[in-house]
Amino acid sequence: MNTTKANISKQQEGADDVKSLKGTLVSTGIVGAVIVIMWVAVFWLYMTRL
Amino acid sequence: MEQAIQSTLREKANRALGVNLKDAKLSKAYLSVSFITLLVGGILGLLQGLERSGLLELPAWLNYYQVLTAHGILLILIFTSTFTIGYLYAGVSHTLGGLLPKVRKMAWTGFVLMLIGVALVVITIVANEASVLYTFYPPLAASPVFYIGLVFVVLGIWSCCFGVFINYNHWRKNHRGEVTPLLAFFAMGVFVLWFFGSLGVTTEVLTLIPWSLGWKETINVMVSRTLFWSFGHTLVNIWYIVATSAWYVVVPKIIGGRVFSDKLARLVVVLLVILNIPGGFHHQIIDPGISESVKFLHVFMSISIAFPSLMTAFAMFAVFERAGRKLGGKGLLGWFKKLPWGDVRFLAPMVAMIAFIPAGAGGIVNTSNQMNQVIHNTLWVVGHFHLTVGTSVVLTFFGICYWLIPYLAKRKLTPQMNKLGVIQTIIWTVGMILMSGSQHLVGLLGDPRRTAFTTYGDHNTALSWVPYEYVMGIGATLLLIGVIIQVYAVFNMMFFAPKGETEFPIGEPEDDALPTPIWMERWGLWIVLMLMVVAMAYVVPVVDFIVNAPPGSPPIKTW
Amino acid sequence: MHKFEEIWLTLSAGILIIFMVVVGYQTFALGMGPPSEKETIDPQKVDQIAPFNDPGVKKIGENEYEVVMTLQAFGFNPGNIEVPAGAKVNFTMTSKDVTHGFQIAETNVNAMVMPGHIQKISHTFDKPGNYLILCNEYCGTGHQMMSTTITVK
Repeated sequence: MNTTKANISKQQEGADDVKSLKGTLVSTGIVGAVIVIMWVAVFWLYMTRL
Repeated sequence: MEQAIQSTLREKANRALGVNLKDAKLSKAYLSVSFITLLVGGILGLLQGLERSGLLELPAWLNYYQVLTAHGILLILIFTSTFTIGYLYAGVSHTLGGLLPKVRKMAWTGFVLMLIGVALVVITIVANEASVLYTFYPPLAASPVFYIGLVFVVLGIWSCCFGVFINYNHWRKNHRGEVTPLLAFFAMGVFVLWFFGSLGVTTEVLTLIPWSLGWKETINVMVSRTLFWSFGHTLVNIWYIVATSAWYVVVPKIIGGRVFSDKLARLVVVLLVILNIPGGFHHQIIDPGISESVKFLHVFMSISIAFPSLMTAFAMFAVFERAGRKLGGKGLLGWFKKLPWGDVRFLAPMVAMIAFIPAGAGGIVNTSNQMNQVIHNTLWVVGHFHLTVGTSVVLTFFGICYWLIPYLAKRKLTPQMNKLGVIQTIIWTVGMILMSGSQHLVGLLGDPRRTAFTTYGDHNTALSWVPYEYVMGIGATLLLIGVIIQVYAVFNMMFFAPKGETEFPIGEPEDDALPTPIWMERWGLWIVLMLMVVAMAYVVPVVDFIVNAPPGSPPIKTW
Repeated sequence: MHKFEEIWLTLSAGILIIFMVVVGYQTFALGMGPPSEKETIDPQKVDQIAPFNDPGVKKIGENEYEVVMTLQAFGFNPGNIEVPAGAKVNFTMTSKDVTHGFQIAETNVNAMVMPGHIQKISHTFDKPGNYLILCNEYCGTGHQMMSTTITVK
């Protein structure tokens, strides 16, 4: 009884892992970082050239 | 009713028998022109890259700006247009059960019109009668034949636009209450935007013809420039939507995954169609004659175009993560390694997508109002569009070739050809990193675009640019090698690869995906919304240009 | 919509809004907007219309100068300008023929100069040196030669 329960929860974990989008969130975070870094770099150049 | 049965029969036949041969011939014709154009345009690109870095002196009969005009028009207009039509007509034929006979005829008419147009344009450029670059800003005045050639190109494109509208509506009439296939929806978005986006530039060109013939004395330069950019920026976004159609629909199938969300993909198409045309104004941020408040409205409108791409970023990563995890990828980023990196049909569009991260970020910089003063008309901009169009779009197009052409030619992609494609993708990637990277950097130092080799009388600032220009030349050399390999691959797959059946890869939705609501098909509404956004963006400034116009400019030839 | 998707879209839209707020504040509160002069002129009569009938460098205040400049394929008039360090220079420009671009390398001075339109841009030259002025919009076969300098002493 207990083992089946453990099995089910393990299976669910497996399914969760397959369905997980954590990596996607991290990847989009990198996209956001590129956007911010490029923008800030050019903004900084603009400000130093005033 | 009878028609409906016929149409369903055709669809079934299509699926069973593979490609419709008459439709395949049409697409192959467009793709052949496309890759011949790429070869010519690519060679011109290398000439430029070498001249620009001072490594090559062009002969007296060939001017740098002639080469630049031809490179720009051939690659950003002809190569991309013909590829798009070849690819999307194949997609429409495949997903909507074949082209209607009259639609096929319209596409062939478009083909002939475009060829006539290209011939007229190329002749005037070669004759040194049209060194006006692909933006042809008046009062630089080319030969009238150049503008007439452009009209032929546009008419050819329109013929293809209406062909798709007819085929699409025909399918919908026979499939009441059904949502169209996703790839056909993308095609509809592309051709709707293409038709409406080209209305402005057509108006411009039609006013330039009598002016260049001397029938009309002067031209309003600001109106012309604004009409040009309403098209110019829309066009590159059209290429981008064509590329995303493969990202959303084809790539999931190739990697053994599922479409992330059919509804989200359609929403992205609709948003891009509605928001795009005003984007052109950010090319005019440092122009005179436009008030700061109008410019800022356009900063907002341009930046809003980024939003659908942020949605795309999430959707694509999600497709990859799910597919990679299904293949056994573990942990936070283990799925990334599981993707089929050795398959050119995946690798090329994947590099294209990765390139769009800095490319899109650069676009946000360009449109950030006064920050535009740092980069406007410098080589940064050239680096930017060689990342957006030259990499994100073009590498996706290259990747499409490796299944589309075998599919059309009833041949197979061999492992050797796949390997060649992988090598081609790597060469292209390295070439672009060198060329686009150095262009971005040297642009920040002030090196102007569209300028032949010069050190401005050995000015120190200009001399400091030369090392970057060398790197640019090396990148351009690699890119031409990439072009040659690609053109070889295309024609080899079209005529010489082993016979066989190749599938047209269409991704399927997740098993638990919700059905797409039918209201997404309300194209009439999307077009009305698009026209409203265009009106918001353009009515005030264009009326201002016309009402408060200075005396116009006569035609001038400075080359 | 997936929860992570909501997080990403909210965050990224927030970033874009911050960008716009920053450039908008600079433009409308600090007067740092891009060059946007609205005055017009007859492009075929530039030489007869003030101030362009007398192009040159004029001192208009303590260490402030006005440069009235015409651009024409393939040169700037006046050229080889000299100003003292710390000078604020207001450029007032127009084109006598085709579209030109006025750029001073390694500064924020960058403006389109078009026939029929007057364009204005200002810059304070704090650092001494020899700055390169160049045309950054293709204007014809000698476009790569269209340049001059501004020397800050």
